[in-house]
Amino acid sequence: MLTVEDLTMQFGGVKAVNKCSFTINEGTITGLIGPNGAGKTTTFNLIAGALKPTSGKIYFQGQDITGKATHQLFHQGLVRTFQIPHEFARMTVLENLMVVPPNQPGEAIWNNWLMPKKVFDREEEVKARAEDTLDFLQITHLRDEYAGNLSGGQKKLLELGRTMMTDAKLVLLDEPGAGVNPTLILKIRDMIARLRDERGYTFCLIEHDMDMISSLCDPVIVLAEGTVLMEGDIHDIRQNKAVIDAYLGGGAA
Amino acid sequence: MDLFYGYFLYAISLVTIGGIYAILTLGLNIQWGFAGLFNAGIAGFFAIGAYSAAILTTMPTDRHLGGYEMPYIVAALVAMVASGLIAWVIGKICLRLRSDYLAIATIGIAEIIRLVFKNEVWATNGHRGISEVPKPFEGLPQPWNDLAFLAIVGLIVLAVYLLSERAHKSPWGRVMTAIRENEPASHAAGKNIETFRMQGFVIGSMIMALAGAMMSHYLKFINPAVSEPIASTFLVWVMLIVGGSGNNKGAIIGAFLMWFIWSGTELVLSTIVQNIPPDLLSYLPADLSVRLAYVRIFMIGLLLQIFLQKYPSGIFPEKRPIAR
Ligand SMILES: Nc1ncnc2c1ncn2[C@@H]1O[C@H](COP(=O)(O)OP(=O)(O)OP(=O)(O)O)[C@@H](O)[C@H]1O
Ligand SMILES: [Mg+2]
Repeated sequence: MLTVEDLTMQFGGVKAVNKCSFTINEGTITGLIGPNGAGKTTTFNLIAGALKPTSGKIYFQGQDITGKATHQLFHQGLVRTFQIPHEFARMTVLENLMVVPPNQPGEAIWNNWLMPKKVFDREEEVKARAEDTLDFLQITHLRDEYAGNLSGGQKKLLELGRTMMTDAKLVLLDEPGAGVNPTLILKIRDMIARLRDERGYTFCLIEHDMDMISSLCDPVIVLAEGTVLMEGDIHDIRQNKAVIDAYLGGGAA
Repeated sequence: MDLFYGYFLYAISLVTIGGIYAILTLGLNIQWGFAGLFNAGIAGFFAIGAYSAAILTTMPTDRHLGGYEMPYIVAALVAMVASGLIAWVIGKICLRLRSDYLAIATIGIAEIIRLVFKNEVWATNGHRGISEVPKPFEGLPQPWNDLAFLAIVGLIVLAVYLLSERAHKSPWGRVMTAIRENEPASHAAGKNIETFRMQGFVIGSMIMALAGAMMSHYLKFINPAVSEPIASTFLVWVMLIVGGSGNNKGAIIGAFLMWFIWSGTELVLSTIVQNIPPDLLSYLPADLSVRLAYVRIFMIGLLLQIFLQKYPSGIFPEKRPIAR
């Protein structure tokens, strides 16, 4: 579904991503792990079009998408979340979700004056979907709260909720569990699995929570210093000496 | 009774110009309040509207370009389209750059526009300006002509308010706010930031031109002073900030309030100057009345500080609609 070829991103003297190549297959939940500063978030930024790579190619569903703008990729079904929550602070939680869906006639300003009925009908659909999402995330009580007032973990949930507001094909999740309490992490885990099974999403998941990775992800890609250190089944990865040294540490095996 | 009638006429003119400022402020609210675009050249768009309307509606004359004698509505529409086109060109260049560039560019453009109107004497009659601009209902007897004009201004304020309010509450307004709040996230939600920003910038500039057209018909005269930044840019910003940026009601209230204060300070200061005893006056600088104009600006600045202490987000802070 997504193939990355010799992807390189250089910031000044630092090669945050260095000749990185891997593939994400359709229907998988592919884990992306590695030490802090390994280049995981940068890789997401490159795939999602937030950064233009120094060199290398990215293919999505057989099409070269290197350097394509983020909003275009969204409409092709490539959606991402941010490691640091990017909420719309002075908008309500409900609005934060309602802004996401594509094909909203009311986004063309004149339709609001000329075709209020059409706008209204779609608006009802969008609202219903947003409310379902809030329900799913169990944050319905925060519906009319300004998103800027949410706690860190609640913002992470909202971040995740935004990806549920569109019919995505590939979802890039950057540490969805970071700062979220353990019971909720389990819920997020189930939710990701359900979205894959029920809606056919493909995921690429960055996480430092190894329980989440091992229970969800197959395969797992280990990044270190901007390149793929190893790729494969989580059990093999846990046994691998290089990965243990670079990331997992002695106790993890 | 005569004195009362004089006050009455003064009050009408105060409210009329206040209304024209309300249109301007509503335009700025779309740009800054909704879209977060810093337009520091409001005066330029205002002047484009004023001059276009004046040139398009006046009788033939050899003092300046003109003689088209277009109907008011057509002239106003052309004025708006001209302003929108210029905004579009500026937007094409600046909206993709960092946001401060837009501020710098709009200051520059407004200054260029001012200089063009001042120096292209063949078209604009230079600093002497365009006179005998027709005014709707000017045939009616006093005060009905002024009241009728006020009614038009009132209707335009209402119409712009309603359209803008609808837009703000709509999915369009939601996207605009989202972009203002968080660019990367809006991008990741599939929104084409440049397109939306452009729309806000162009629409706001068109509304500013409409205000300019109204001003030129109201005064029946227009000269490059309309593009002075103090009264046409700075004051409008103060109006929006005091009223509450992002809130259409606030924009209107702020416009009237600050316009009354601004006119009031003029009245108060000139009264003071007139009543200074002559022997004291000899100790004061000779160009006192000129200097007092700056005291006004100082006072408005001070007032802004006081307001912002008390109402940090304006009298009517922005409110996002709560969907039921
Ligand atoms: N915009 C940037 N400018 C300069 N350097 C950057 C930039 N973005 C990332 N880097 C550098 O690139 C490297 C990789 O950063 P990245 O955020 O991709 O790490 P990560 O794998 O996501 O780490 P973490 O697990 O801590 O989130 C780091 O050394 C970082 O300092
Ligand atoms: Mg990261």
